[in-house]
Amino acid sequence: MEAVATTNTLLQLNIKQDAFLEIRKNAFAYLEKTGLPAPKAEEYKFTPITRVLEKNFSSLQPEGNIGKVDVAQFSIDALQAERIVFVNGIFEASLSSISAEAIHIQQLSSIQDKNVISKIGSLAKSNTDSFVALNTVTFQDGLFIEVKANHKIERPIIIHHIADASVTKVVAATRNLIWVDENAAVTVIEKYDAVGGAVFSSHVNEVFVAKQGSFTYKLIQNDIGERYQFTHTVIHQQSNSHVNCFALCLNGKLIRNNLHLLLDGEHIDSHMYGLYLLNNDTLADNHTVVDHMKPNSISNELYKGVMDGNAKGVFNGKIFVRQDAQKTNAFQSNRNILLSDAAGVNTKPQLEIWADDVKCSHGCTSGQLDEEALFYLQARGISKASAKALLLYAFAGEVIEKIENETIRKYIDGLVAERLNQHF
Amino acid sequence: MLNIKNLQAKIEDKQILKGINLEVKPGEVHAIMGPNGSGKSTLASVLAGREEYEVTGGEVTFLGKDLLALAPEERAREGVFLAFQYPVEIPGVSTINFMKTAVNQIREARGLQTLDAVSFLQVMKEKMKLVEIDQSLLNRSLNEGFSGGEKKRNEVFQMAMLEPKLSILDETDSGLDIDALKIVANGVNKLKNKNNATIVVTHYQRLLDYIVPDFVHVLYKGRIVKSGTKELALELEAKGYDWIKEEAEVAG
Repeated sequence: MEAVATTNTLLQLNIKQDAFLEIRKNAFAYLEKTGLPAPKAEEYKFTPITRVLEKNFSSLQPEGNIGKVDVAQFSIDALQAERIVFVNGIFEASLSSISAEAIHIQQLSSIQDKNVISKIGSLAKSNTDSFVALNTVTFQDGLFIEVKANHKIERPIIIHHIADASVTKVVAATRNLIWVDENAAVTVIEKYDAVGGAVFSSHVNEVFVAKQGSFTYKLIQNDIGERYQFTHTVIHQQSNSHVNCFALCLNGKLIRNNLHLLLDGEHIDSHMYGLYLLNNDTLADNHTVVDHMKPNSISNELYKGVMDGNAKGVFNGKIFVRQDAQKTNAFQSNRNILLSDAAGVNTKPQLEIWADDVKCSHGCTSGQLDEEALFYLQARGISKASAKALLLYAFAGEVIEKIENETIRKYIDGLVAERLNQHF
Repeated sequence: MLNIKNLQAKIEDKQILKGINLEVKPGEVHAIMGPNGSGKSTLASVLAGREEYEVTGGEVTFLGKDLLALAPEERAREGVFLAFQYPVEIPGVSTINFMKTAVNQIREARGLQTLDAVSFLQVMKEKMKLVEIDQSLLNRSLNEGFSGGEKKRNEVFQMAMLEPKLSILDETDSGLDIDALKIVANGVNKLKNKNNATIVVTHYQRLLDYIVPDFVHVLYKGRIVKSGTKELALELEAKGYDWIKEEAEVAG
């Protein structure tokens, strides 16, 4: 370990002397130069993450505290899945089980293959975001997951990220590299849970989807604990591949999700769905990028949010259509409902189009629940509370119905129904 | 059944109802007619409990209860039904689910056992036949993409499901061709009996060819300026509203 520091005490970090030393050093150099995002930094304009972390943590160096939490409580009932468990940023082999032979799994620390090693940091570049740099300097553990060509993995892979802060505050950082080889298909679910006090965790995924590959990705953030979180997933797609993403944010103190799709081929289709139902003082910030680099591909994005209490939603959706990417279809929509005066949302679509033969559309709305619809339901004898729940549930339903896996859809549907009846 | 005394209401700063008196007994059909802007729809909205309107005076009793003190859903549970002029489109909520929730919340409020899925479906099938509506329409999101006629038929279907004691039809004929109008009127007529009452709010006489009123009231500038029988509607059809306006101005 080599101890390094910047003027910011949060960034008193140790650099691990491992196969990733080079990129860790470069990442630290970037951090040293730029620091964590300043209050007015463009990409963090509405998400005061640095201030919040300074208030709650003395350092962002992961300690690797041992967690003793019962992980079974966080599993999804009835879900038949390949299972991976991280506790406080450390991969727990004894709690994990992978039965499909077409899945190759290996801890990053044991990888010798230079080609694989070189892929770490190739999609998630440190110089694009200070928190990517922070994750690169500090990631404790991570997996290389490869799905072999021509194999469709039936059971989804669920990755449990569990933080046990019942004894002390926890800082954790994980990094995964996922390869979906040619004509292979897999679903990956990342589920975040925490117990105890404050947790800051950063999670970076670099995903390569080869030709004809199919990658379904789900993010479930329903922490009851005091979670501060940064996630950053970059997915590189080759021709004729399919990607389908879904992010559900229900709880947590401060969540920042970056999701970047690089459509580096033709006849690709990509879907990004998101649902954030927030109350109390939760802040959830979803930043997405869809980069159309080649012609003839389709991307479709729908994020919906409901904010109550003092909760705040942030949505930023960038679509790039490069000059080569003729015949691109790119659609984006972000819809928000605010249920209280103190709740808020900042939404910003950004389209940058260099090609001339494309179909692109975007739209965002935010407002209150439709009073006329409420009255209509009440006029039929339905209580105001039920009428609200019915309308919000229908609002969320448009996103939930996109989930193909029935068990997961029912599970998420249940979480949403519970949220709508209890807290809104 | 319904007793309206000197009812006054405003929206924002505009006084719309300036003292309405009306009594409706079980088994009766009352038509409320009047030129545009006379306050017809406001009266319907105030009776159903729409919040934008502020009642500034008068009283309304329904089956002995102070109707104005009740929330919209409580009025519905007491047996008041408003057929909307513009039924709201609600994506993601099917008519069937919506009606099941409504029927059961009303039953619960009345101390009755809620209907399970099977008995609900049974009742629904009966009522569908009565008002000539297709189930495929009811499986869809509430009113979403429905034609004008389908929306109004759905209103009558809901009326059939909830079996109100007092139905208020707000401009039910607007946007309907004659065939759709007949089907809707036919449904309303089938639901009529000696224990329930209907208030038909309409600008035109033509609906009253099919839903025949016992009484016709003409609303003008927030007051009922003339009452009569169904012949009054025919007279309005022949002569228009101008003579009523003149009479009212002279009297006022």
